[in-house]
Amino acid sequence: MTVTQTTDLLLEASGIAKTYGAVVALKSASLAVRPGEVHALMGANGAGKSTLVKILTGAVRPDSGTISVRGKPRVAHSPADARRGGIVSVYQEPALIPDLDVRSNLRLTETPLPNFRHWLDELGINGLDLGRLVREVPLATQRVIDLARALAIEPDVLMLDEMTAALPANLTERVLEVIGRQRGGDRSVIFISHRMIEIAAVCDRATVLREGETVGVVDVTPGSEERIVELMLGDIVQSMPGASRTAQDRNGAEPRLVVRDLTARTKLQGVSFELHPGEVLGVVALEGQGQDELFDILAGSDRPSGGEVRVDGKPVSFRHPADAIRAGLVYVAADRAEALLPQRSVRENIALPFVTRVRRWGPINLGREGKAVKGAIETLQIDTRAAREVRRLSGGNQQKVTIARWVASGIRTMLCFDPTRGIDIRTKNQIYVLLRDLAAEGAAVLIYTSELKEIQLVCDRVIVIFGGRVVGELDAANADEPALLRAAYNLKSDALMPEEIAAEVVAEAAAAAHPETDQ
Amino acid sequence: MSQAAPTVDATRAGTFDAIQSALRRNTWTLGLLVFLAILLVFTRLIQPTYGATGIQGLANSVLPLALAATAQAIVVISGGIDLSIGSMMALTSVVAASNMQDQSDLFSVGVVIGVLLLGLLLGAVNGAVIVVTRVPDIVVTLAMAFVWSGCALLVLRTPGGGSAQWLEDLVLGPLGNEWIPKAGVVLVLIVAAIWIPVSRSRFGLSLYAIGSNQLAAFRSGVSVGRTKIFAYMLGGLFSALGGLALTASTGRGTPVPGPYTLLSVAAIVLGGVSLAGGRGGVFGPLIGVVILQLIRTDMTFLKLDPNLATVAQGLILIGVVMLGSLLQQRRSRA
Repeated sequence: MTVTQTTDLLLEASGIAKTYGAVVALKSASLAVRPGEVHALMGANGAGKSTLVKILTGAVRPDSGTISVRGKPRVAHSPADARRGGIVSVYQEPALIPDLDVRSNLRLTETPLPNFRHWLDELGINGLDLGRLVREVPLATQRVIDLARALAIEPDVLMLDEMTAALPANLTERVLEVIGRQRGGDRSVIFISHRMIEIAAVCDRATVLREGETVGVVDVTPGSEERIVELMLGDIVQSMPGASRTAQDRNGAEPRLVVRDLTARTKLQGVSFELHPGEVLGVVALEGQGQDELFDILAGSDRPSGGEVRVDGKPVSFRHPADAIRAGLVYVAADRAEALLPQRSVRENIALPFVTRVRRWGPINLGREGKAVKGAIETLQIDTRAAREVRRLSGGNQQKVTIARWVASGIRTMLCFDPTRGIDIRTKNQIYVLLRDLAAEGAAVLIYTSELKEIQLVCDRVIVIFGGRVVGELDAANADEPALLRAAYNLKSDALMPEEIAAEVVAEAAAAAHPETDQ
Repeated sequence: MSQAAPTVDATRAGTFDAIQSALRRNTWTLGLLVFLAILLVFTRLIQPTYGATGIQGLANSVLPLALAATAQAIVVISGGIDLSIGSMMALTSVVAASNMQDQSDLFSVGVVIGVLLLGLLLGAVNGAVIVVTRVPDIVVTLAMAFVWSGCALLVLRTPGGGSAQWLEDLVLGPLGNEWIPKAGVVLVLIVAAIWIPVSRSRFGLSLYAIGSNQLAAFRSGVSVGRTKIFAYMLGGLFSALGGLALTASTGRGTPVPGPYTLLSVAAIVLGGVSLAGGRGGVFGPLIGVVILQLIRTDMTFLKLDPNLATVAQGLILIGVVMLGSLLQQRRSRA
């Protein structure tokens, strides 16, 4: 699918293949980037996106294929080499050295300081003290610093690999604005994101990978999202839970989890809600409104400064995550690295929580463990081609493993903190279905998500947290994106919205209206 | 942490701020200096005759370990660990002693230069094996410790050889004032002359970078393998200096390595270098070495059983590091 009619391509890769042992990461990938465009690279997790990025940036050598920059063949041998060749990338995890100050980090990459300052201003970070150690700078700011540093080098090709995935909304907007302004010049941007809205907002064309092959190049126009998703999914039929669900009769049943006036230092100021068996309760909040603390307390890794938590009617106070697990509250984190033992096998990772209880420190009953693990792997459809080491699985499959470990031991109450962050649509769908199934079997699920679209797909009810308080509660039927955004920004539904938020709402609502999510 | 990242144009941020941030970054080193001062006062109290001669002896006994600790600090900052430092010191020491005995001054200068090059070579071998085979640092350097100490015994079966007179004169005795030991001056000059330019170069930054976050360093365009080999080469160079110091201060070469490897690890931990890499400097470990040695001296003054003294040394090490991290935690929470 190489575009051949344009001769003045900035970056052209074709026939790229790469295998790791028995695992074929790329069969035949191609990518053609024109000068002055923002080009999206799309694909489900495991489609080979990250391998292609690694090859373009010189971190990995391809087995075969050709790469040329401005018509000259060029295979980078290291990131330093790629950088010299005009390809610079920014990842979700900032490539800054935590133990050096910002200035030394700039020196390390030989970044011109005035340029850096300029881009930092453009990205909305003012008055940064360059003498501060990076590890003392907030993570979101680090990500912006990393981007400003890349922009300051003025590379021919800037590669953004899911760098917006973990940015707070206001910074994402700023970043997208700056990227959008790169269009039309001499340089190009390769943009990787799972958020269709972002693709639609800044990209000119999209190259879609599936199972290690380039399956199409699409001009990004209104309506093209559908085509992109189709290409990404191939002939796999999406099964999506319907948005409408029969309301559960909760009158008789005792709530699984009751939270009353929960406070945590300045972050939570009296949060109350109830979670019933068979219910999926959504939590919606802007970045840093206390949701992190709420989940940490419920999962037993932090302690409240006041208030009450009841599980099955009994008041509990967790001193350790093990206490929470014993009480039936299990936690699925957004960051897979927090939950998994990357060097150990899928089986060990799944079996971990139920073989490490002290009274079971004797020999492990491998037969029984094997059965439970196998059941969980099947339920979640985990791709186990690389099952010996979890770190070799794709992000989506890793997240499935973190869920599978709780499925294997039987779930009563699951706490999911942004479980689909950085995960492709196909795996997301599987996770939604799974959460619904769990609820149908009587489990209670509390889910925080940064993707408002997910709420109506998976939740029965949603609470909105703002400034450490619950400011609203909606039924899933009413929780469309505009309504949620208004609530999340703590706006009265009849109040006027600030212009840029209103624009965002309209854009997201328009994107949500496309059938990509609920075919 | 002790002089973590070198800031070149910190002056622009205002002198006061610069001083303040320098103090903040060097709290650990400053704390160690205070501890050292208290220890010196304590020594004077229990042994009123402790004075210029004591300082002189302290400097002489500290020199080889201080150089070993510098070698270890550089390697550990880069995220590795070198368990072959003691063996490299033994090997370089015997090579120097066996070649310098009864030779002209000019020839012995050549020997010294040769030994320093040998140190760089030994370090390069260590580093290259780690980078090429991808066997963990701790395994490779442990294995190389056996290799180098075997080589040392091949060169010289029993302690022997000799040192050039000028080399001994370089480190033994006072410099002008009886309170200023030559060994101390030589130590500070050598370390400053090598470390300060290194830490201000892009290589120095790379050293901290690969120790702090290897993936981020790689993505920032740092050549991880090359930096690692350079770090081990510097380690080898300082080990060779340590070996020369051994030969100079004892007047001969000893093929069996002293307890320098593990003591160097103790000294850098005490000196504020994180074993996880990326944090610390070399001046903290130097003070750490002096403290470790002075504690030993005090134990003898107190007429403690030397074996008990070793036990106490270990406990003090744990105590100091624990106290330090407690204080740091409190500070970062405040």
